[in-house]
Amino acid sequence: MDASAVPKEKLLSLYRTMVTNRRFEETLSNLFFQGQIPGFVHVSIGEEAVPAGVCAVLTDKDYITTTHRGHGHVLAKGAQLKPMMAELLGKRTGYCKGKGGSMHIVSYSLGIFGANGIVGGGLPIATGAALASSLRGNDAVAVAFFGDGASNEGTFHESLNLASLWKLPVIYVCQNNGYGEFTATADSTSVKDIAVRAQGYDMPGVIVDGNDVLAVYEAAKTAVERAKRGQGPTLIEAKTYRWEGHVVGEQAFVPDYRPPEEIAAAKQRCPIQLFAKQLADTGFVEPAELERIAGEVERALEEAVAFAQASPFPEVESALEDVFANP
Amino acid sequence: MPEIGFVEAIRQALAEEMERDPTVFIMGEDVKVGAFAATRGLYEKFGAARVRNTPISEAGIAGAGVGAAMAGMRPVVEIEFASFFYCCFDQVCNQAGKLRYMSGGQARMPITFRCVYGAMGSAAAQHSEVVYPQFLSAPGLKIAIPSGAAEMKGLLKAAIRDDDPVLVFEHGRLGFTRGEVPAGDVIMPLGKGAVKRAGNDVTIIAVGAMVPKALAVAEELEKEGIGIAVWDPRTLVPLDEDGMLEVVANTGRVVIADEGHRRGGAAGDLAAIIIDQGFDYLNAPIKRVTALDVPIPFSPPLESYVLPDEEKLKAAVREIMA
Ligand SMILES: Cc1ncc(C[n+]2csc(CCOP(=O)(O)OP(=O)(O)O)c2C)c(N)n1
Repeated sequence: MDASAVPKEKLLSLYRTMVTNRRFEETLSNLFFQGQIPGFVHVSIGEEAVPAGVCAVLTDKDYITTTHRGHGHVLAKGAQLKPMMAELLGKRTGYCKGKGGSMHIVSYSLGIFGANGIVGGGLPIATGAALASSLRGNDAVAVAFFGDGASNEGTFHESLNLASLWKLPVIYVCQNNGYGEFTATADSTSVKDIAVRAQGYDMPGVIVDGNDVLAVYEAAKTAVERAKRGQGPTLIEAKTYRWEGHVVGEQAFVPDYRPPEEIAAAKQRCPIQLFAKQLADTGFVEPAELERIAGEVERALEEAVAFAQASPFPEVESALEDVFANP
Repeated sequence: MPEIGFVEAIRQALAEEMERDPTVFIMGEDVKVGAFAATRGLYEKFGAARVRNTPISEAGIAGAGVGAAMAGMRPVVEIEFASFFYCCFDQVCNQAGKLRYMSGGQARMPITFRCVYGAMGSAAAQHSEVVYPQFLSAPGLKIAIPSGAAEMKGLLKAAIRDDDPVLVFEHGRLGFTRGEVPAGDVIMPLGKGAVKRAGNDVTIIAVGAMVPKALAVAEELEKEGIGIAVWDPRTLVPLDEDGMLEVVANTGRVVIADEGHRRGGAAGDLAAIIIDQGFDYLNAPIKRVTALDVPIPFSPPLESYVLPDEEKLKAAVREIMA
């Protein structure tokens, strides 16, 4: 897609989202190694074009579900840095009052129906959100972000069948980063392209370059329009690469399972740099504007970290709250 | 006796059983690399056919294990974290646990499931659960919960050789522990508990990772003159009821320590059995030290508030002595 076909404001906002995601997760890794982040942290550095491109066509009314590797999607859908960071540090001011942590960020008001600790757990939930939208006739679409690994779970297949059968306004975005934990996709998946599985459920299966944010944006836009016309779901497979390990700090306990040349080659196609170059080629986005955005992101992140660190831990008795609506 | 790590005990048990019996094979997500290192090196040793690295598809793997077991193999299926069992409940509970019975004793089901369970530090609710109580009320499944390296090796070997489905629950925190394990072919029979420590005042019945905590508490309270017996059931199904009642009879006071939730949990089940069959031995009401009945929270102070620990165990012992 040609960048000059997209409004400048949109372009800059795509850029901001990608830089925010990248810097957020780099900061997170550092905090993790300093022992400030409890639990497991899964980062998606190198995959920033997918959440940015897809969420750019969604509004607050739309829904997303995501995975254990969900920071990028949640931020792209509008999550604020402060409560996000506070949640990751287990603080009271976090999105989930410290109960969920990195793998379970939810923001109801932003239509974020959850990152998820269970592989494949989010797909039926997005399908159900789309069902609600079609029942209530309110025009909202739902997006399920998931990994290539999740496409081997039964929930993927059951969800696609239901959504196609009922023509639900849902978009399944498979972020194919080449690995599920420590196993290469080629060693776990019967098809080379996950998009072909769409055929079995009679919906479009689209492959996009997941490092090209405008390609992702365009595919998502087409899918959303189709969903809003009542024509049902789309499966988008965005091919990208996971620069870092499955979980931050894994080098301490798993042997290398990826060829270093493969990682190096992937870094040559950094989605942020690719986009910056596309923007420079338009002639109407100045490099200075990109630098300004990066600076703003940096300051916002510093504030978020400070906010999270200064926030109190929850009162321990709050562990007993929120189990039921009517205890 | 050589001292080995808990994880090494798993690896030894698997390797020895695979060497001994060509029908034993393992399968699961990332068993090739070994996500928790338990299966590390086995792929190189036994090859891809017997160390089957699978896609992420628990229902498929569990069910394939059931079919392979019925057809003459002895699969050992790894379900990474215990909470992922929820993705294959049907294959475990409706199929593995019932087929022998429903077929009038025809079906063979020599399958072993292994998983890591319990809270191991802010993994949050979907990775911290103690899932075995759910299987306690699903008939037809045996449940082993090793409390240290020796039990790990001995129970896993027994599970693999058993002709029934056995679920082996390995606490994540025990992964860091070491213990003395006799070399060679040690089998710890399913359905036989162990007195881990003798004492005349209170019995702590401790399950899995609560055993080392109970021993530490016993050690400490001895200085206050409280004699604590620690009993480890090792398997919840079958349960060594006689062994349990014997140790209870000797102390008359019982604290049950389990990391699972209180409602519908293992501790309640054991307490009910004691009340049914050993009420006359009791000098005081049975105390349960368990997790509180909420999903396990992420934030560290909340997590420790919800989980049973040595302090809570000590308080329960003091209370029952008062
Ligand atoms: C039901 C379930 N099975 C296994 C796991 C352990 N696990 C966590 S992430 C992961 C890999 C997921 O791969 P993929 O879906 O490709 O997403 P990616 O990590 O590549 O983003 C696995 C196996 C889990 N969390 N849930």
